[in-house]
Amino acid sequence: MSENTFLLDGEAIPFVPGQTVMQAAKAAGKYIPHLCWHPEFKPHGSCKLCTVKANGRFVSSCTMEAAAGVTIENRTPELDDKRRTLLQLLFVEGNHFCPSCEKSGNCLLQATAYDLGMMSPHFDHFFPDRPVDASHPDILLDFNRCILCSLCVQASEQADKKNVFVMGGRGMRGRRIIINSESGKLGDTDFAASDRAASICPVGVILKKRVGFAVPIGERKYDQAPASVVEVTK
Amino acid sequence: MAFELETASHPETLKRVAIEPVSRVEGHGKVTLLLDDDNKVHQVRLHIVEFRGFERFIQGRPYWEVPVMVQRLCGICPVSHHLAASKAMDMILGAKLTPTAEKLRRLMHYGQILQSHALHFFHLSSPDLLFGFGSDMATRNIVGVAAAVPEVAKKGVLLRKYGQEIIRLTAGKRVHGTGAVPGGVNKSLSVEERDLLLKDIYQMVAWSREAVGIIKGLFEKNLAEYNAFGRFDAHSMGLVRADGAMDLYHGGLRARDKSGEIIFDHFDYGHYWEKISEDVKPWSYMKFPFMKHLGPDEGWYRVGPLTRVANCDFIPTPLADHERKEFLAYDAGRPAGATLGYHWARMIEMLHAAESIKDLLHDEDILGTDLMAKGERQERGVGVIEAPRGTLIHHYRVNEDDLVIRANLIVSTTHNNQAMNESIRQVARQYFDGREVTEGLLNHIEVAIRCFDPCLSCATHALGQMPLEVTLEDAAGNTIDSLYKDAHGVSRGK
Repeated sequence: MSENTFLLDGEAIPFVPGQTVMQAAKAAGKYIPHLCWHPEFKPHGSCKLCTVKANGRFVSSCTMEAAAGVTIENRTPELDDKRRTLLQLLFVEGNHFCPSCEKSGNCLLQATAYDLGMMSPHFDHFFPDRPVDASHPDILLDFNRCILCSLCVQASEQADKKNVFVMGGRGMRGRRIIINSESGKLGDTDFAASDRAASICPVGVILKKRVGFAVPIGERKYDQAPASVVEVTK
Repeated sequence: MAFELETASHPETLKRVAIEPVSRVEGHGKVTLLLDDDNKVHQVRLHIVEFRGFERFIQGRPYWEVPVMVQRLCGICPVSHHLAASKAMDMILGAKLTPTAEKLRRLMHYGQILQSHALHFFHLSSPDLLFGFGSDMATRNIVGVAAAVPEVAKKGVLLRKYGQEIIRLTAGKRVHGTGAVPGGVNKSLSVEERDLLLKDIYQMVAWSREAVGIIKGLFEKNLAEYNAFGRFDAHSMGLVRADGAMDLYHGGLRARDKSGEIIFDHFDYGHYWEKISEDVKPWSYMKFPFMKHLGPDEGWYRVGPLTRVANCDFIPTPLADHERKEFLAYDAGRPAGATLGYHWARMIEMLHAAESIKDLLHDEDILGTDLMAKGERQERGVGVIEAPRGTLIHHYRVNEDDLVIRANLIVSTTHNNQAMNESIRQVARQYFDGREVTEGLLNHIEVAIRCFDPCLSCATHALGQMPLEVTLEDAAGNTIDSLYKDAHGVSRGK
């Protein structure tokens, strides 16, 4: 094994010092399931879907720096089983009605669940009471589908320099995305449809108005290829 | 006011027989009969026992989501809800569809009519019609039809498959697609897709003609019984084109009275509430629509294939129009007023759908790329379409933030609520009084209900295997007799 490589499911993966395991894996075309990680932003390590075993210990691959000689287990039955459980928890925690969701076919949560073979939600649904914010002329917010990945927070802060979204609240039912305006409504912020945060949401929370279902079935992002292919080529 | 046989004066003294659930229909319903000690019928009701609540949970959702969401009302006729909601949202956008968009929607709709009518006639009703209403229930299903007349069953399956292929190619999926969007459609047909459909359309037209021949032959064979079975007089309503032609996608409302005289014609459905209102009864979740000026007791009416074929001035495709004329003239027009005439009319419509598909597939507009239109935004939208089972009304109000604030849906089967009740009361009078209750006799009630092809609001399919339990109780509620049927047969117990 050369100096700057680690083993991912038995295959040597090269890395540049400073890269995370996730970054190196992606560069090598290897898929590690993830939801809250995005190549443009600093890893957040919150969804835990990218958890791998490094030398036998559970770690988040999006935050762990790659190191030479480390043995990483990724797509093992044990880890994929835990990932399915995490997905099931996310599905029951929000209100994810894929049949009528305009993000269906373009949704990373849905595509990952398909990819990992999640067949049912398994757990009882919470059916939380979450708001829809339609106050903005061009953007709809449907928090029923929020998985608290915080990508909108980072995009608005780091790319748009606006801080429109912040993570707030405490507890299982209290933790949520808050709109940074006096009224708490998006329509009272300087958010724009051209903002990076407007197109960062991996699920169906931040949506451009009046264009839902414009892309026919068969031509949507994950109709073309599964998440395990799309997510290593984006 | 209660209708005759709707409410018995002393129900506590009567025996109760329940058909629950009603089988080979879509959705969940039950029928109750109250009989005295001499088995004379005193009360008959068709109850719709499920509650769906779509009108409520649509509220607060963005308008462009509605055509996809509301089609989940049903797995048999989702295209109808999809298109009615899309038409309503076109009105919200103030959009006049491009020729390509309208023709693609029509193609989708005719595919839906074809597959739904084929499903109903061959899979759900042909067992009753081919084997007899009181025949052995072990073979009174599509499997029995496939064994007895395999060519007929095969054509039924392939007709339905063809209709579903049209839906798949225009909506993206055979069931619950996304093809229609407010202001247009999201895809047109490719040349390859069009050619794929063209390959089999002439066969579909021919088989649809044969299907008309099958039901016509059954009428000839059983004319007196078919004409009289569950027969009742009723007003009727449906859409017609501006020139009076049958148009299942768009038109104005035309209503006729029991004698066939026009009550109103070419009425703009955008104001349907000026003509139609809905009554409620404590024993059913389904409302009872009626024409306002006549009131709930006199103003109820029926919708669907029978009324559409009789209501229009002509059918704009030649083979179906020929069959229409023959249907209306046959036996001095009596089948056109018979409850079982629904089946005949339904097959004429299936032929019309097949011919319309053929015409559209030869129209270059369906290959176009001009798919979307815009207009001046409105607050209220009403979309009406002639679904396989009858007139379907979707009505929405949308606020300035693009969220639905009110929804009212009057689905085809709802219009036929009173008509179905009248029909089963008539059957009860004709067949039940004084006779021992048997499974075969009870199936007569279901045969009458199936004429209307009711969609009791969801996608349940029974295929004759849905469990059916009938219990006979005395006035004190003690079970005297019971019949139970399931996929394994019938069992009797006390």
